[in-house]
Amino acid sequence: MRRQILKGLAASALALATLPALAQETVKVGLILPMTGQQASTGRQLEAGVKAYMAQHGDKVAGKKIEVIIKDDTGVADISKRLAQELVVNDKVSVLGGFGLTPIAMAVGPVATQAKVPAVIMTAATSVIVEQSPYFVRVGRTMPQMTFPIADWAAKNGVKTAVTLVSDYAPGIDAEKFFKQRFEEAGGKVLDALRAPLASPDFAAFLQKAKDLKPDALFLFVPSGQGATLMKQVIDRDFAGSKIRVIATGDVTDDDLLNSMGDSVLGMVTSHDYSADHDSPENKAFVEIFKKVNNNMRPNMMAVAAYDGMDVIYRALTTTKGDANGQKLVDAMKGQKWMSPRGPMEIDAATREAIPPMFIRRVERKNGELYNVEFEATGPIKDPTHK
Amino acid sequence: MSMTQPTKPVNDAGARLLSGARWRWYEVLFWVAAIALFFVFGDFIPGIPTRLMLLSEIISLGLLALSIDLVLGYAGIVTLGQGAFFGLGAYVAGLMAKNGMGAFPLSDPLLGLLAAAAVSGAAGFVTSFLVLRGSDLTRLMVTLGVALILAELANQMRWLTGGADGLQGVMSSPILGIWDFDLWGHTAYVYSLVVLFVCFWLSRRIVHSTFGLSLKAIKGNALRARAIGVPVNARLVAIYTLAAAIAGIAGALLAQTTQSASPDMIAFHRSADALLILVFGGAGYLYGGLIGAVLFRVMQDVIGNITLQYWQFWLGLVLVLLVLFVRGGVIGLMEGWWNRLTRKGDAP
Repeated sequence: MRRQILKGLAASALALATLPALAQETVKVGLILPMTGQQASTGRQLEAGVKAYMAQHGDKVAGKKIEVIIKDDTGVADISKRLAQELVVNDKVSVLGGFGLTPIAMAVGPVATQAKVPAVIMTAATSVIVEQSPYFVRVGRTMPQMTFPIADWAAKNGVKTAVTLVSDYAPGIDAEKFFKQRFEEAGGKVLDALRAPLASPDFAAFLQKAKDLKPDALFLFVPSGQGATLMKQVIDRDFAGSKIRVIATGDVTDDDLLNSMGDSVLGMVTSHDYSADHDSPENKAFVEIFKKVNNNMRPNMMAVAAYDGMDVIYRALTTTKGDANGQKLVDAMKGQKWMSPRGPMEIDAATREAIPPMFIRRVERKNGELYNVEFEATGPIKDPTHK
Repeated sequence: MSMTQPTKPVNDAGARLLSGARWRWYEVLFWVAAIALFFVFGDFIPGIPTRLMLLSEIISLGLLALSIDLVLGYAGIVTLGQGAFFGLGAYVAGLMAKNGMGAFPLSDPLLGLLAAAAVSGAAGFVTSFLVLRGSDLTRLMVTLGVALILAELANQMRWLTGGADGLQGVMSSPILGIWDFDLWGHTAYVYSLVVLFVCFWLSRRIVHSTFGLSLKAIKGNALRARAIGVPVNARLVAIYTLAAAIAGIAGALLAQTTQSASPDMIAFHRSADALLILVFGGAGYLYGGLIGAVLFRVMQDVIGNITLQYWQFWLGLVLVLLVLFVRGGVIGLMEGWWNRLTRKGDAP
């Protein structure tokens, strides 16, 4: 397989060697985002995050003008791959980015490798992605990074038994696996692991089963966007009344949807790397400019990942003094450290994996709106699955 | 360009029925245009971007629509499950490429195509007996059900298919060990076009044979066809199996040219898209699926570049208007114009 890659590389390297000369003054960034379908809210946040970054930092860096080209991934992996190919071959982009879902990032991997173009992963969260191409760099976060903190927190705060309920797809199964692993290492016990079909928004039967098992806590993971539906059904079943704590990763109490969930989610504890409420000058500036250029929309974890993605690209170009050579850009991205709106961020120099800060947050009402208010910082977590 | 007839027509009616087998000038024009596209959009002319990857994708989609045309347009079987065979073919070809580890000949794309056709054809044969039972609505449900079952299997069998993340590490080896798949899509397009032509030629021979005519008779009235001695069930099983094999080849093409296989290749929207494309292009002509696929994808691409978020709205609107006002799809429309132009009042 490696021989195949090398052969392809040798062939395309020759042809590509002439490309950078054509695009000297402009550096193009091709983003493949989910702009339609189930994931459209993610795409909107990503696009808005990029817009906020460009509004704040301008479109020039290291003497180069940055041009962003956005394509709709249509939710289909093979179409995304074709779009990536066309962005590289026709638009001559120097950096690819975006990727809402894991299969889409995975499909683009071979293109990044073959064309030697860095691909910045903003949302897709399965750990294994960055290992698939040496040109992948992640600025988002991974499943274990999100689930370990809440498992630790639960074990430390009197939760002895738990039931997990996740959507039945790869990230959901990952969340279930990592929660169970970490929680049981800390002495807890997972009574049952329930999986609801991804396509069906009806969680009633699963929630009833979870309630009947009488655990100390119910751990939830659904793709961001389904959180509101799930929480409505959770509230209907009155878990609080039966002394069952409801805990989750931050996707469930997504900033984008939190306000529409109503007061019944007050007090819910989740773990994530970003809350629009994060108290830092960087975040205040980010939220302000984000709302200003995006019709007063509230940024969520997708927006901040897009913002950081652009930041990494700008920083890498500064390091290479404007040289948009793919290998040099990837090398420059490795080991970057900066102060993100979420807190201190780092790209692992060895694995090209994001090392985001992590927080335990509780839903509270602030200035008339619901926010995930951070009350405990667990510090940065390296993804444990990379060797 | 006329082909030799398989059987000598014994009377005028027979001659008229089989006369469709002759290659017409506009058919030749169609295939010449397909070859010309390679030179226009192959990055040979400065200023015109490479669109060969898009065109390869269109070929795969068009081939899937062609396979639906065989069962719907000729045999009258309403199906929403052709995507199942498409996805199955994609996974088979993907797994062959992956496990062949780039070693000739095991991971050769042509072998992958044959394997995909065989597996999908077998699946088509087995499920065809379900399709024989019941009428249109039942068939719609049964084919949809089979597709959903296969899609869920692909999602659950993570050890084999990679689950929701898709199959990882698919590496197509060079065709016959000579032509490697490049970033520009040169190999992909030529390869796809050749495969399309072979499948099309085969389908064309079949629908213009006496076998094909008996399918039309079944579509017209299954009871009467049985009364004049057409073995209805055997014919339907045969065409359904063949169409499944062709759908498998279409899926394999997509998996090989994009070097990926993921659950959305087997998802419901593939079947629905292809059916839509066929209705849009015109069912029962063989070319309907191909022309529909070209127009559908090109419109999607053009509108998508104008409005990133709302292209589905505009595309939907265009499709609704076309289906409302243009009976028989795009080909039906062109046929109508042609007949008026040449003052041929009624169809042959």
